[in-house]
Amino acid sequence: MMATSYNAKDEDGRVTVCGPGGGPLLRGKKPENTALKQQRLAAWQPVLTAGTALPALFAVGLLFIPVGVGLFVTSNNIRELEIDYTGADASSPCFSCSQSFSWNSTRPCTCTVPFYLEQPYESNVYVYYGLSNFYQNHRRYVKSRDDGQLNGNEKSLTEPSKECEPYAYRDNEPIAPCGAIANSMFNDTLELFYNDPNGTKIQIPLNATGIAWWTDKHVKFGNPGGNDQNLSAAFQGTTRPVNWRRPVYELDSDRGNNGFVNEDFIVWMRTAALPTFRKLYRIIGKKDNVVPTLPRGNYTLEVVYNYPVRSFEGRKRVILSTISWMGGKNPFLGVAYIAVGAVCFFLGVVLLAMHHKCGNRNGDGDISN
Amino acid sequence: MTIPKEIPEKWFPLVLPLKRKKQKGLNGAKSQKRWTEEERRVRANDREYNEKFQYASNCIMTSKYNIVTFLPVNLFEQFQEVANTYFLFLLILQLIPQISSLSWFTTIVPLALVLSITAVKDATDDYFRHKSDNQVNNRQSQVLIRGLLQNEKWMNVRVGDVTKLENNQFVSADLLLLSSSEPHGLCYIETAELDGETNMKVRQSVSVTSELGNQNNLASFDGEVVCEPPNNKLDRFCGTLYWRDKKYTLTNQNMLLRGCVLRNTEACYGLVIFAGPDTKLMQNSGRTKFKRTSIDRLMNTLVLWIFGFLVCMGVILAVGNAVWEREVGSLFQSYLPWDPPVDNFLFSAFLAFWSYVIILNTVVPISLYVSVEVIRLGHSYFINWDQEMFCSQCNTAAEARTTTLNEELGQVEYIFSDKTGTLTQNIMSFNKCSINGQTYGEGTDPLGPRPKRLDFTPFNPLADPDFCFYDDTLLESVKVGDAHAHTFFRLLSLCHTVMSEEKSEGELVYKAQSPDEGALVTAARNFGFVFRSRTPGTITTTEMGRPVTYTLLAILDFNNIRKRMSVIVRNPEGRIRLYCKGADTVLLERLHPCNQELMNVTSDHLNEYAADGLRTLVLAYRDLSEDEWEAWSESHRCAEKAASCREDRMAAAYEQIEQDMMLLGATAIEDKLQEGVPETIAVLSLANIKIWVLTGDKQETAVNIGYSCKMLTDDMTEVFIISGHTVQSVRQELGRARERMIELSRSRDGGKEEGKEEGKEGCFMGNGFRERQEGDGTGGGGGGKQLQCPPPPPPLPPPPLPPPSPPPPPPSNLMDNIFGEFALVINGHSLAHALEADMETEFVSTACACKAVICCRVTPLQKAQVVDVIKKHKKVVTLAIGDGANDVSMIKSAHIGVGISGQEGIQAVLASDYSFSQFRFLQRLLLVHGRWSYLRMCRFLCYFFYKNFAFTMVHFWFGFFCGFSAQTVYDQYFITLYNIVYTSLPVLAMGIFDQDVPDQRSLEYPKLYEPGQLNLLFNKREFFICIAQGIYTSVVLFFVPCAVLSDATQSTGVPLADYQTFAVTTATALVIVVSVQIALDTGFWTVINHVCVWGSLGSFFSIMFALHSQTLFKIFPNQFHFVGSAQSTLLQPVVWLTIALATAICIVPVLAFRFLKVDLKPQLSDTVRYTQLVRQKKRKPVGRSVGGAWRGLGSVSDGRLGARGGSRRSGYAFAHQEGFGELITSGKNMRLSTMALATFASRHSSSWIDTLRRKKPTHTHCHTPPSASGASSPARSCVSGSVAPLSNSSSVLGGSQDTPIEEVTAQHTQTVPTLSTQTPPAAEAAAPQGSAQAVSAGVLTSAAVRPHGGDSPGGWTITLGAVQEALFGWKARATASNSPRPSSVPMETSQIE
Repeated sequence: MMATSYNAKDEDGRVTVCGPGGGPLLRGKKPENTALKQQRLAAWQPVLTAGTALPALFAVGLLFIPVGVGLFVTSNNIRELEIDYTGADASSPCFSCSQSFSWNSTRPCTCTVPFYLEQPYESNVYVYYGLSNFYQNHRRYVKSRDDGQLNGNEKSLTEPSKECEPYAYRDNEPIAPCGAIANSMFNDTLELFYNDPNGTKIQIPLNATGIAWWTDKHVKFGNPGGNDQNLSAAFQGTTRPVNWRRPVYELDSDRGNNGFVNEDFIVWMRTAALPTFRKLYRIIGKKDNVVPTLPRGNYTLEVVYNYPVRSFEGRKRVILSTISWMGGKNPFLGVAYIAVGAVCFFLGVVLLAMHHKCGNRNGDGDISN
Repeated sequence: MTIPKEIPEKWFPLVLPLKRKKQKGLNGAKSQKRWTEEERRVRANDREYNEKFQYASNCIMTSKYNIVTFLPVNLFEQFQEVANTYFLFLLILQLIPQISSLSWFTTIVPLALVLSITAVKDATDDYFRHKSDNQVNNRQSQVLIRGLLQNEKWMNVRVGDVTKLENNQFVSADLLLLSSSEPHGLCYIETAELDGETNMKVRQSVSVTSELGNQNNLASFDGEVVCEPPNNKLDRFCGTLYWRDKKYTLTNQNMLLRGCVLRNTEACYGLVIFAGPDTKLMQNSGRTKFKRTSIDRLMNTLVLWIFGFLVCMGVILAVGNAVWEREVGSLFQSYLPWDPPVDNFLFSAFLAFWSYVIILNTVVPISLYVSVEVIRLGHSYFINWDQEMFCSQCNTAAEARTTTLNEELGQVEYIFSDKTGTLTQNIMSFNKCSINGQTYGEGTDPLGPRPKRLDFTPFNPLADPDFCFYDDTLLESVKVGDAHAHTFFRLLSLCHTVMSEEKSEGELVYKAQSPDEGALVTAARNFGFVFRSRTPGTITTTEMGRPVTYTLLAILDFNNIRKRMSVIVRNPEGRIRLYCKGADTVLLERLHPCNQELMNVTSDHLNEYAADGLRTLVLAYRDLSEDEWEAWSESHRCAEKAASCREDRMAAAYEQIEQDMMLLGATAIEDKLQEGVPETIAVLSLANIKIWVLTGDKQETAVNIGYSCKMLTDDMTEVFIISGHTVQSVRQELGRARERMIELSRSRDGGKEEGKEEGKEGCFMGNGFRERQEGDGTGGGGGGKQLQCPPPPPPLPPPPLPPPSPPPPPPSNLMDNIFGEFALVINGHSLAHALEADMETEFVSTACACKAVICCRVTPLQKAQVVDVIKKHKKVVTLAIGDGANDVSMIKSAHIGVGISGQEGIQAVLASDYSFSQFRFLQRLLLVHGRWSYLRMCRFLCYFFYKNFAFTMVHFWFGFFCGFSAQTVYDQYFITLYNIVYTSLPVLAMGIFDQDVPDQRSLEYPKLYEPGQLNLLFNKREFFICIAQGIYTSVVLFFVPCAVLSDATQSTGVPLADYQTFAVTTATALVIVVSVQIALDTGFWTVINHVCVWGSLGSFFSIMFALHSQTLFKIFPNQFHFVGSAQSTLLQPVVWLTIALATAICIVPVLAFRFLKVDLKPQLSDTVRYTQLVRQKKRKPVGRSVGGAWRGLGSVSDGRLGARGGSRRSGYAFAHQEGFGELITSGKNMRLSTMALATFASRHSSSWIDTLRRKKPTHTHCHTPPSASGASSPARSCVSGSVAPLSNSSSVLGGSQDTPIEEVTAQHTQTVPTLSTQTPPAAEAAAPQGSAQAVSAGVLTSAAVRPHGGDSPGGWTITLGAVQEALFGWKARATASNSPRPSSVPMETSQIE
């Protein structure tokens, strides 16, 4: 029945005597009178009142609506054209290419997609390729790379990380670059021609550099050995990924854009967040202020159709777009801002009405208990 | 999943005996042997012999670890926690590459953090335990080794050693007392450490050893003790001493237990029987129960639900994975083949399930438990630090002894309070008196200046300087020699059973058995009638400076039926006079008819005193002629000797002489309440807390205190008193009470309106809560109750008219709607019936409909039962508060136990969860700290679940877009740090510092406490709201960036929809949203909150930039994949626009919803907060117009007790024990002076262990021959009214009781006395009331007892005396044939069960 809690401390007689009764007490020190200990810290005590909540709502509303309008207008001024060249339909020019695809075919299949620009594209034009239903964000896909190897680490080059499996070795030779991402690199070649009204086909120069993040190009990716001079030597002892036709050191003739620092490769390696994505392919630089970069008229897109997507019902697109300060065309943001702003404003009005009609206006400090 | 229950216990270095035992069990053969120990053989001074048995040494080890074992043992213990094991399991899962969706460190970092924090704390605690162990183990004691006294450390004391103890030393082990410096081998010990009783107890050695005397004899002592194995029974010891071919029985009476302190004894020698862990103290160590708050339980349920939810999510996503892998993934294999072991979509789905379990586990982060503990720890420190709960007189601060219960303090609905020492100070003060129709004492005008305290010293050098009296007219009349005043005080100085001790000339110390008596005698002393000393036959006083010695002819002792005591004295002039004091009800009937007029006046005064809540006594005297005395003396002697019906005949004899007395006046004694008790009770009951007083005291006393502390008020509708003796009658009384309540509340419902109108006019007078109506008329339910017009003074319940059958318990909903204020007073023996299984519900429904409940005469066990029954039937939080060892059981069984560190030892404090020294601190503990703790904890939990759902559920939505592959949305470092760095501090700061209203307001508006009781702030509904909000947030956080970024590009044309940009955007948005949310939730922005909120945001950005920096990448290119993401992402305006949009969408609805709630349905706290804001803005000294009214409550006590239009209550003041008169006249306690009295004067209930113990049959172990002195005392036969069990102590003191058993040689002659005097282990401080309670409770359940309460008004006291007498009578009859000395029988009343 009697269970006492024994504590040797209690037994050692260090007890102070309290009062006449002599009850032992355990401690006897007056607590310090500090704001912290007495919970009297100075504090700001915001109260949610009509005076604070409603103006906040109106402010949000009034702020969001103009921003939204601005965004919407900006977005609408951006020109954007999207061309699907998957070749899923029989009518599509790339139908045959898409049908007769094989990784091992040596002869490239080319298809030509004509299109018409109704409006001239004034400033720089950005050419994207877009893939749909392509799960670059799949966990196994995302991790299937070796950043050490891509950074130019010699050891990783010859001993790729386990994460790259099953694309780490081929015939006991390490794959460079290893992993599923690199293995599935987008390898269609896109060329753009302007069909001059006078009948000539003028190839539009596409700029292949400046399409990757600066940190990717200069920090994250690097060729082994540090020098870009003799890449084939640097990649000695490695083999190309299974799906590739050329080894990594033959991606581009430009030394600064070859090997792991090839920008097409870097762009591909930056995995997308969603299964439908676009990646920057080329940039069409603005020539001068007089001539639009892409004038109105007929164009032809020539595709070297290497990349199969039909097996998983994927789609391939080409997107031509101009950009503004806020990037490419993005109507959603503007609409969302306008909508949220309007809702806030409306909510503010409703709440104000409710507050006036049936709110507890107890400004006089009366408290009913 | 349980919370880490180790933590709370380890904050305090309390010993966990079970754990120790467990470890001991592992220690192998030695302990194995000890477990099976069946008897213990110890030979004195023979270490070699004793070593054979391998008894435990006296070294105690309360520590759990040493340096080597710390890590494994501690880890083992920690992984016994389900939570920790769960996280370990997750960690293991993460090591499987196919499953691992997160890096191993996302789990191991928090887990390691938690484990190491706990380990550090355990280590610190254990270090202190080591320290205190060492300190205790290294204490010095004197051990007799090879005939020499040597100093030994405690830990080196062995079983079988003879040790010497000196005064005021702690006993080092359980010792058999061998000899002592005092006569008869007596010694005195204080057992406060063991059982909390501060009074001294007597121990006596076996006579043969007490003669050993000096060291040399002791050194050659080679007796062998055979006794029971170690056990935890503090009050029992059974053994035999074999020495020189003789056997001697050993009992607890011969034992000195470890933990006791030797007092008033120069030195003593003892033989070590049990040492170290075998001592009874250590065997008793340990907390019995681990308490857990309702929030804890709710939290655990919710966590389980969340696990269910987690599994559901996992299953949904796994199904999704199966479908995806079959429909899409299988086609996608040319780019992304399955991992080697996966060969079909089902297996892939199985793996995905585990992967998602890992990812989604953050809905229940490990940091939840740690954070909760941290917050509680913070709250506990606030309690410890609170200056307003610091008692400067006692120099004691409040102490939160457990850290686990703080928020439950905000939910208390029932308080069970002890009375003495808790509500009252157990200090009686002589307050008023009425002498010859003239009333003296404090003026009735409470508004006037407080009169000056009288200074007695110039008038009377013997005066007690602590005595306070304020009316100088009384002193004047004494000085001028008013005969009535002189007789009055002379009576007070003679008619009592107080013992005095005069340490030096004039320095008198009175040892009174009841504080009332002490107060009266002290009053007489100060007014010039100083009681100096007594012998069995005389009383010496100093009357107005002149020493006088009276011959004490007889003491007509007090008992419960008589309710009075008298002395018959012969003064130096030879006149014989009877002085009598007693309850007005009995005494006024026995006055001489000529007193009629004076009686009327005095009666009015008595009413007045009673109305003030004072305890009254009426004083009277009667002059006796020599003849009368002779005649009566003869008849009394006859009665005394009567073999049968002795009790009755004695009573008749007393009755005969206590007649035709002359009224002198009346005294009024205030049972001093502790400071602020009425206000505290008023405030607490305004907070809708029901207060029950559970006391061992008498009904009258308890009711009286109930009134004086405003629990009971005269405007209560009705006070029911349950005092039935049988199951039937208790049931009837309860039923009647309920009927009456329903009836009254029905009639009230009808006349509600009128009642209100009338009420305003006439019914507030004397109502302490008047302010309530003045403040505001629209008080609603609470106010309405107050408006009830009180009925005429509560009548005592009508005499029982047994109805044919007990009314069935009314439907509970009827009882829930009782309208009106009722109170219930129930007696211990009725309670015993009421708590029986079949009546439990009836009792609870009746009692809970009452505003106040007083249970009197309850045993400690019943206190716990009452608490348990409420816990069982009502889903409410209970709090028990008490100060004595008798409250321990109640404190332990209530949800929250509060110990008052007062004057009764530290037992209650040790068992309690919170302790402080004043009852009034309770309001601050509950209304301020408890309320805040609850509020903070609820807000914390709401936010915590919210933020984790917002964080985690994003993965769920992402699953639909990433092929259900368990790809995380965020960077793994973000996942690791989110809970422990980015969001932990702001919510911790809120959980520790938040305040909705300042502390004064919570005291001013006790209604603010209600949300806690109703559990409004965090319940399942609130939880679902939080979860829903979290899920909503996660939806927004995923889909808004998803929609915006999918087509967006940087201003360089690079698309923004890459995974890393998306991760950074979502993470940033998440951190910002939850920070804004905490900013909304925080109501009290201290510097710390600012630092935490802004610091967390800052740390998020700086850590992110650091982790995404080139430097780190260059060192570990394989670990930091996100290099450059932060920079390139956060420089984009679109990203910020996205974050702003998401934040607005998340927060605006919350803002609008909260505003609506506050605006349309404001809680009281909102209103108070708003008012404060308004007041601050006005900056005008509006004063305390709102709150001030509430402060008015304080005025109730300013005028001490306040005046009530009082109904007259019997202010019967005796808290006495009977049997004391006999003790005095027998002279047995004289030699002992203070000791025995200290024993008796201790609170009756303090030896409840004895009470409980006696329920077990205890005859078996101690057959002792009768004490010689018991029979040989000549004085006994003259005066003793009834013989109380008290005499057991005197019998010990008077002679030796430990004659050897002698192999039962004395056949016939010995057996009879042996049977009749199974003296309980004597001088056990067997406070008779305590034992009597146990007896009565036991007897009443089994046998019908002749009701003795014929003269108690309305039959509402069942007197213990009756029970005792009934027992006595029965026993006497039973043994009459055997024993010629019935007087020795009552000694064993406590044993007959």
